[in-house]
Parts: sequence; structure tokens; C-alpha cells
Amino acid sequence: MSGEIAKAFARAEARGEGALVAYAMAGDPDLPRSVDVFTALVEGGADIVEVGVAFSDPIADGPVIQGAAERALKAGSTLRRVLDEVVPEVRRRCPETPLVIMTYVNVIMAFGEERFAKLAKERGVAGAILPDLPPEESASLRATFDAAGVDLVPLCAPTTPPARAEAIAKDARGFVYCVSVAGVTGMRAQLPPDLSQRLDLVRRAASVPIVAGFGISTEEQARTLSAHADGVVVGSALVRAAHAEGPDAARALCANIKRGLKR
Amino acid sequence: MSTQTATGRFGRFGGRYVPETLVPALLELEEAYAAARADPTFDAEVARVLREFVGRPTTLTPARRLTEAWGGAEVWLKREDLAHTGAHKINNTVGQVLLARRMGKKRIIAETGAGQHGVATATACALFGLPCEVFMGALDVERQALNVFRMRALGAVVRPVESGSRTLKDAMNEAMRTWVSQVSDTHYVIGSAAGPHPYPTVVRDFQSIIGTELRTQAQAAFGKLPDAIVACVGGGSNAMGVLHPFIADAGVRLIGVEAGGHGLDSGQHGASLTLGTEGVLHGSRSLVLQDADGQIQEAHSISAGLDYPGVGPELAHLAKTGRMEVRTATDDEALAAFYEVARMEGILPALETSHAFARGRELARELGKGKYLVINCSGRGDKDVATISARGVPPAVGVKA
Ligand SMILES: Cc1ncc(COP(=O)(O)O)c(C=O)c1O
Repeated sequence: MSGEIAKAFARAEARGEGALVAYAMAGDPDLPRSVDVFTALVEGGADIVEVGVAFSDPIADGPVIQGAAERALKAGSTLRRVLDEVVPEVRRRCPETPLVIMTYVNVIMAFGEERFAKLAKERGVAGAILPDLPPEESASLRATFDAAGVDLVPLCAPTTPPARAEAIAKDARGFVYCVSVAGVTGMRAQLPPDLSQRLDLVRRAASVPIVAGFGISTEEQARTLSAHADGVVVGSALVRAAHAEGPDAARALCANIKRGLKR
Repeated sequence: MSTQTATGRFGRFGGRYVPETLVPALLELEEAYAAARADPTFDAEVARVLREFVGRPTTLTPARRLTEAWGGAEVWLKREDLAHTGAHKINNTVGQVLLARRMGKKRIIAETGAGQHGVATATACALFGLPCEVFMGALDVERQALNVFRMRALGAVVRPVESGSRTLKDAMNEAMRTWVSQVSDTHYVIGSAAGPHPYPTVVRDFQSIIGTELRTQAQAAFGKLPDAIVACVGGGSNAMGVLHPFIADAGVRLIGVEAGGHGLDSGQHGASLTLGTEGVLHGSRSLVLQDADGQIQEAHSISAGLDYPGVGPELAHLAKTGRMEVRTATDDEALAAFYEVARMEGILPALETSHAFARGRELARELGKGKYLVINCSGRGDKDVATISARGVPPAVGVKA
């Protein structure tokens, strides 16, 4: 456990707020300017930042994040460069905010699992989320991450049966990422009616905080969910705002969602 | 010898690298498949449809003029081009659509490259009355226009995919994304021996009818097993289908031919067994064409069905352990083989299949006289006539200039 993630949730809790886990794509529109986007997320109130590392074939992502990944790859983003050029600078500007790398397992495998875990820790990364690495395939990678002190955050899906969800939650590192909708990333006007019930179940079993993510983009959605989760993840809406209007728009959207998370 | 080491693993390869949302569906499929296989009425129904509708068994044809011209081993052709819809792909789609029906699924989705798998899926869906949606790279929609028409005529919805390289890899990404959002009532019919467990096993098993028939037919035709069997390799379904029943027969050489594209040193090819490195693409760990940062590279082949930067995990295992030999054929070699087979044997092979034929001469000569070489004729070439004729008019033969 890095401990850093737990502290960030505790700080939000102490302020009477749900945590905002905010995602952006490293390298979109280029590496230096994505540092400004990450900084804006924190200024807008993000408690934890997910640093997206682009992959050529992102099967868990909808069109908005696919587009961001394409731009990042064109701009020359690689895992190595994100760890060397983005992470240290974001850490320098926002030393309190835990950073979690979000990418696909092939990017980590190509880099070398152990080499990644070590370098990530060195650069100040608190955890990682790999949406195409389900529990059955994650044992060895997680042991490597545990040894280095990097949290491998697991995901729970709407299709995950209750017993499986409880097992995932009990054994989690960092936090549990509850995928709100069966589908890919992207904004949704409506979240499934059984979501709060699923969140309650995972929360009861979890040894760490739980967050809801996928499809969330408004203050109102954040307000509804903050009764059932310790925080929410916002991704596509922030990526779109930053891409269309720049860091200020992403900062404003974070502040907006933060209002919904006040308890 | 079995190549299966643990659930869904072939040595180091295989596994189930998919979003958590899909894991329960894959577990459900694995269970339903095991139950179906244990139920003799299921096998009987698959066999009945293959006989009555697909026209199996497909014949084993002696290639007399090629044998003579190549001057080595006796060449025989396993004629999957004669299966209904014109390729081996139908063996798998009949099996999977029957399985989906048994599981109570209400709709079918599929990806396709050359369009043969899309046509075969649309055909099985028409036969069993299920709605069908096929994802196809926009580039492939252009170069396989005949098959796009066939799918639509059969009642399927064809969705052109504009992302990435606009080919098979991107069609598969989009099919997976769609499946994630409709997983409860939809079955995804993967068309090659690739993808997350249990697909590589399911597809291989349904395609193994090719090799199983070949064993019997070879005994009847020349009184022994073949000395070598050669198949083209895209994702690997026709290769696994014809080769798998012979893995335990040490005396049978197994050979796969990959797309050499513009040449192995051109960077434009589909030779993932030859030049790929270990990685995860489309749900399994296998050999993939990727750069040092783990980004998947675009493949290239004149044949849409071989234009894929990955390969099924069991083939990766067979290649790495040396049980299967791997060769490549370039676009130009495949084109030349297309005309050679057309004129010597009266068969227009698919461009994919032409890659296997392109290595025929050297294999026949290596084996030598008195040996038997079987080429898996995975499909017919009607779908490719636009691509091939765009390269110029057929060369004249027998006419002195
Ligand atoms: C006739 C034919 N042969 C071969 C292939 C390659 O696929 P696989 O390697 O799965 O047999 C295709 C794919 O579309 C095909 O249509």
C-alpha cells in the first residue's frame, strides 16, 4: 500500500466531501500542455489524479478517450516519457495529490512489469489501473506492484456477480473502481437504476474506499452517487473539456462536480 | 500431446485479458460450451447442419498438374472452398450460433476482415433466425465489396469501422466495445482461433472437422497420413482446424504460411509468428506486431484475412515449441500462386489461401517424390477478383507474343 491514496480519501472525508478522481490523457495535446491540464484538475478540486497513458487499441474506451489517445500517440507520448516528463512535474506542482497511472496491460508488459513498478514508485506514482487485467490474470503483476509499493486498483463491473464483487472488494489495493455502466468510457445522460445497490454491496465488503466511474459528467450525478460511494471518477467529460476549451474548462468542471460531492 | 496446459493457456500464451464486464460472459460461455460438448445431441445437431447445409465432408482433391509441375511430393487439396459460402469460416459460425441459441442469446455480433467470416455468420444467423451485426474495417468494406453485399443480402447490418488502420484489428476492437455494452443478451462470434479464453479453444474445436475428415480421407486416398500439411495463417482458424488433429502425429510436418506483405524487411506485413513479440491483443497473450513501447503496429497484406498484427495463442505456442514450421509469402508471391492454381487446377483460390499455395512448390520439392503434401484450400477467390484485377489483366498463357 502506498498509503497516499488512503490519506487523500481521508482528507476529503474530513472536509465532508466525496473524493473526486479526475482523469486526463498524458500527452494530449502534447506532454508539457497535458501537465497544465493535470494541474488544473487539482486546482479545480481533484483529490486523486488518473494519468492516462495512451494505447493504440483501447477496447475499454469510447470515442472521446480514443481520440485523446490518438492525439497523444501522435504527439509522441510513451510510458517512459510520461514517467520522465509528466509525472515528476505534476508531483512538483501538486505534491499532495496521489497519481494513478491508467493504461492497458500491454503497455506495462512491453515496458517490463518490474521495471515499471520500480520506476513508477521512484517518480511518485501511487497506483495503477489496468482495465483489461481482470483478477484471474493479475496475481503476478500485483505481487510485483505490492513489492514496489504501487497499488494495483481492481475494477468491479455491473455484470460482476455479488460473491465475485465481494471477493474483489475484500482483497483490493488503493480503492475499488466500480464501473457504473456495462459499456465503454464516455458520458451518459442516465446511470443504471441498480447502481446504488451495487455500490452499497461493494462498500460493505471493501477494505478500502470505493468509487464509481464511467459515464459520470455532472454535479447532479456526483450528488446522487456520493451517498453510496467514497468518490466518483470523471474522465471523458474532462478530456473533452480540456480538448475543446483548454485547462480552464477542465478546472471549472472539476469545481462543479466537487460541489455535487459536498455532503 | 495436448497443447493445453491450464485453463485457456497454451504454454505461456492465451488467457483472458478483458475488461471485468466481459469476464462473467466468458465464464458463462466456457460453461455452456462444456455442457454442450458433453451433450451428444449438440454434436449431432452440429454434424447434421454441416452435412445437410454446409455440404460436408469437403473433398480431398488430387492436384495432378501441380504435382507434375512442381516435381516433388504428391499434392492434394483439402477443399474448404467447396463448403457453403466458400470458405472454412462456416464450420465455426454454425457451431457458435447453435451454441448461442442454446444459451438463449437474442442477437449475434461478429468482426470480419475479408468478409468471409461476416458472410458465414450472417448465413448461420439467417438459417437460425437471429439478428446479426458485423463490424468491418472501412478499408476492408472497400476492398471486399462483394462480401459486404452478400452480408447485407443475408439480412445482416454491416458497420464500417473508421478508427485506427480501418482493418480487421479495428473491427475487432469495435466488436468488443459493442459486446461490453450488450453482453447480457448478445453472443460475440469471434471468427478466428484468437481472442480471450475460451474462444481459441471453441473455434479450434469447431474447425477441427477439417483435419478430422482429412485423416480418414488421406487413409482412403493414399493409405497413410500426409507427410506434411500446409495452411495459411491469419488469426489461425483454418490452420488450427486442419493441423490440430495431427499434433500428436510426430511424422506429420505442420506448416503455417503468414503474410509477407511487401517483404519482411519492409515493415509492411502480417508475419506475427515470424517477427512478433510477446504481448496482449484482443484478450489473449500471444505474438503480436508491436513497437518497443507496446503500441500495436498496423499489419499489411494484399489479403484482408491475413492483414492482422496478432495471431491465435495456440499457434504461437506451436510455433515457439517448434511443432509447427512457419514460413511467409509476399503479396506478389500470393498473386502469382493465385494464377498458377487457377490455370493448373481450375480453382480460383482466395488470396489468403494463395499464400499457402505460394510455398507449395518448395515444400513439394523438399519432401520429394513418394511423399504426400496436403494444402488446405481454405477458401475460394471470387471475393478477391476486384483486388486482383485492379493489379492488371491476367497474364496470357500459351500465346506467343
Ligand atoms: C479463405 C480464408 N482463408 C484464411 C483466412 C484467414 O483466417 P484464419 O487464419 O483464421 O484461417 C480467411 C479470413 O478471412 C479467409 O477468408
